[in-house]
Amino acid sequence: MGTLAYKKEILPDNIQPFKVHPQKFALWVGISVLCMAFAGLTSAYLVRKAAPNWQEFIMPTQFILSAVLMMLSSITIQGAVWAFKRDKIALYNATLFISLALGVSFLVSQYLGWMALEQRGVYLNGNPSGSFVYVISYLHVAHVIGGILPMMIALVRSLWLFGDPAKLAAFKTDNNKRVGIELLATYWHFVDILWIYLLLFFMFS
Amino acid sequence: MAELHNPAIEVGHDTHVHGHDHHHGHDDHGHHELNFIEKYIFSQDHKVIGKQFLFLGMAWAIVGGLFSIFFRLQLAWPDESFPILEWFLGSWAEGGKLSAEFYYALVTMHGTILVFFVLTAGLSGTFSNFLIPLQVGARDMASPFMNMLSFWMFVLSSCVMLFSLFIQTGPASGGWTAYPPLSALPQASLGSGLGMDLWLISIALFIVSVALGGLNYVTTVINMRTKGMDFFRMPLTVWAFFFTAIIGLLSFPVLFGAAILLEFDRLLGTSFFLSDIYVAGEALQHSGGSPILFQHLFWFLGHPEVYIIILPAMGIVSEVMSVHSRKPIFGYKAMVFSILGITILSFIVWAHHMFMSGLNPFVASIFVLFTLLIAVPSAIKVFNWITTLWRGSIRLNPAMLFAIGFVSLFISGGLTGIYLGNSTLDIQLHDTYYVVAHFHIVMGLAAFYGMFAGIYHWFPKMFGRYMNSSMGYVHFYVTLVGSYAIFWPMHYLGMSGVPRRYYDFSVFDQFNQYADLNKFITIAAIIVFAVNILFVFNFFYSIFNGRKVTVLNPYGATTLEWTTPIHPGHGNWVGEIPAVHRWPYDYSINGRDFIPQTEALGAGEVDDHDHGSDLPNAGSAIPGKH
Repeated sequence: MGTLAYKKEILPDNIQPFKVHPQKFALWVGISVLCMAFAGLTSAYLVRKAAPNWQEFIMPTQFILSAVLMMLSSITIQGAVWAFKRDKIALYNATLFISLALGVSFLVSQYLGWMALEQRGVYLNGNPSGSFVYVISYLHVAHVIGGILPMMIALVRSLWLFGDPAKLAAFKTDNNKRVGIELLATYWHFVDILWIYLLLFFMFS
Repeated sequence: MAELHNPAIEVGHDTHVHGHDHHHGHDDHGHHELNFIEKYIFSQDHKVIGKQFLFLGMAWAIVGGLFSIFFRLQLAWPDESFPILEWFLGSWAEGGKLSAEFYYALVTMHGTILVFFVLTAGLSGTFSNFLIPLQVGARDMASPFMNMLSFWMFVLSSCVMLFSLFIQTGPASGGWTAYPPLSALPQASLGSGLGMDLWLISIALFIVSVALGGLNYVTTVINMRTKGMDFFRMPLTVWAFFFTAIIGLLSFPVLFGAAILLEFDRLLGTSFFLSDIYVAGEALQHSGGSPILFQHLFWFLGHPEVYIIILPAMGIVSEVMSVHSRKPIFGYKAMVFSILGITILSFIVWAHHMFMSGLNPFVASIFVLFTLLIAVPSAIKVFNWITTLWRGSIRLNPAMLFAIGFVSLFISGGLTGIYLGNSTLDIQLHDTYYVVAHFHIVMGLAAFYGMFAGIYHWFPKMFGRYMNSSMGYVHFYVTLVGSYAIFWPMHYLGMSGVPRRYYDFSVFDQFNQYADLNKFITIAAIIVFAVNILFVFNFFYSIFNGRKVTVLNPYGATTLEWTTPIHPGHGNWVGEIPAVHRWPYDYSINGRDFIPQTEALGAGEVDDHDHGSDLPNAGSAIPGKH
């Protein structure tokens, strides 16, 4: 309790030369960490691809559908950020819900994509070319789920609290909570762009 | 923000410090009272978290050090039996004789524990946490909660590793590098079974810990500096921790990826790292993978990892050396840029660990070039340390001795690095004790010396008491002589071709002539281990019985941590955070012993240290100021 009360006091009397909210900055650092993880995996893919015994196959169209779903949800979650800043809570709830629905349908679409791969005879424990696609897309899905969970929390909290303008105003005065939806949107755009990158990489590398 | 009064007047005792007092004047009591668990166990105070990293790191250092004594006993007296081994290791040393399987497990655990748990978490985790907020002028890390999580991830990782020591098939035994196929095939050896799974889980958790910590260090350094704390007014410790965190954030995720691929190979039958292979006469399903790929991924972390270990030690040594020479650090900006240079180069030299793997000789030559280039920033740093000592008013306290010892070891170990960096020589020396000697001196011992320097130096800030100097001197001199006694002879062993990773040399005619040398090394190792137990005793004894610190700034240091109360509470400063007006190395300047960073510049004085002001008393003088 004491530490929490204390934590809010850390920021005000500190000068922040870069004027970046520390949590936003931390998120960007975190994103660069994830970029390195996926850069490592895709370079491993390239190194292995250069060696003999590499089985080629065509990506299932479900993966492309996934990318479209992801892009749409990026737009809607940006709408949620816009609505939150202008206190349009009904719009905020709606866009958040649509983003969530699109996120879940992304998971379904990925699952169908894996099924389609198996139907083509590409198995997790087969040639490394397929194993890479499975493992890398599993890891990506894990990161998408890492965005869906806070999205659910944000929606529940909004339905719970933000109907009351006083509670909304109180929420917005908290320097850390205020930026939550922006952090979520930034992260969501990241997993969106990440999937587009991975898909293009798998299709054209 | 108001200019600061001199905070050196305020002395607080176990006060819980907070930034803004105004709003809870009418609040009830207990608002800031933390119970024991919040204060010492699940603490979000960066100073407590730093100490937690130190305690756990020390515990692991004792375990890891003891393991090395165990396998050194085997190397020195392969035919003797040591009942103490059976007492410690049970059926792994039946009749007091270490089993070959467990010899490898001990070596693997020694490497893993020392590299990751002691010299990464125990060194960078301790001092980055403890010093960054104190030295940049922040009340805490950017996210104290994530910081706490970082420590508890380390605890979790430690528990998994500790657990793996007690399972029936023993811990991982394929070396700390966990190369496949040995690590990828559970049936390949005892240690490749459950022990290897636990090793991978433990390392994955550890990477999460490093990432959470590093994220905080970088964010804090960039966003939370106090007023006036420009980048080029940061102490070199902070610079070193900052770049260490960046290296960790960029390289550990790649190891994480490699660990996941390896675990898929182990559990789900993929073939990332496994090609057509026979085990016990049986052909396996796996096909098409590349074990060399794992080496690339591993060393993309593994090489930067050695700089994750050594950079914090370099930063600590720079700071300690400047304070106790009463001189500005020589070439401050050169120090910063050489850290930057090492950081960049650390990412493009990994394949020098793989000259033996059938690497294309043309590719190898490029890695040789980059590897040798690291000598340039390293030599700049060594030159600057020596010139900082030159004509200084040196205080030879234990912290300073270990800082000087660091430079000695860094030179000795660094020079052999130039030999090994050449692929032509490396192919001859790679699998010999020459490499063991090289990396133990340059990164193992040197990093330990940096850690000791830091512990002796900041102990008063950590616990409000001094460590016992007499025990400190014994610790230093015995450790210094012992360090060279252990590792110097290994160069000769290596040059005459004695291979690493052998369980018993007595069965080889060409190697058993070194039996006496191996005994000598083992005896030296036991003495050094014993004297380091004395250090641990000194450490804990001094926490409770050491001489008490009575002044805020016992060393006459310039940096911000010495402006906090003797027992700083959570939030570090009572009242406002001091503002900074100058760089951290104004020692023996303008006729004064030192000028704290918090002191405003005098009329006409400039905070510019590129032009000769590194020499004592040669600053842009304001005579009679103050």
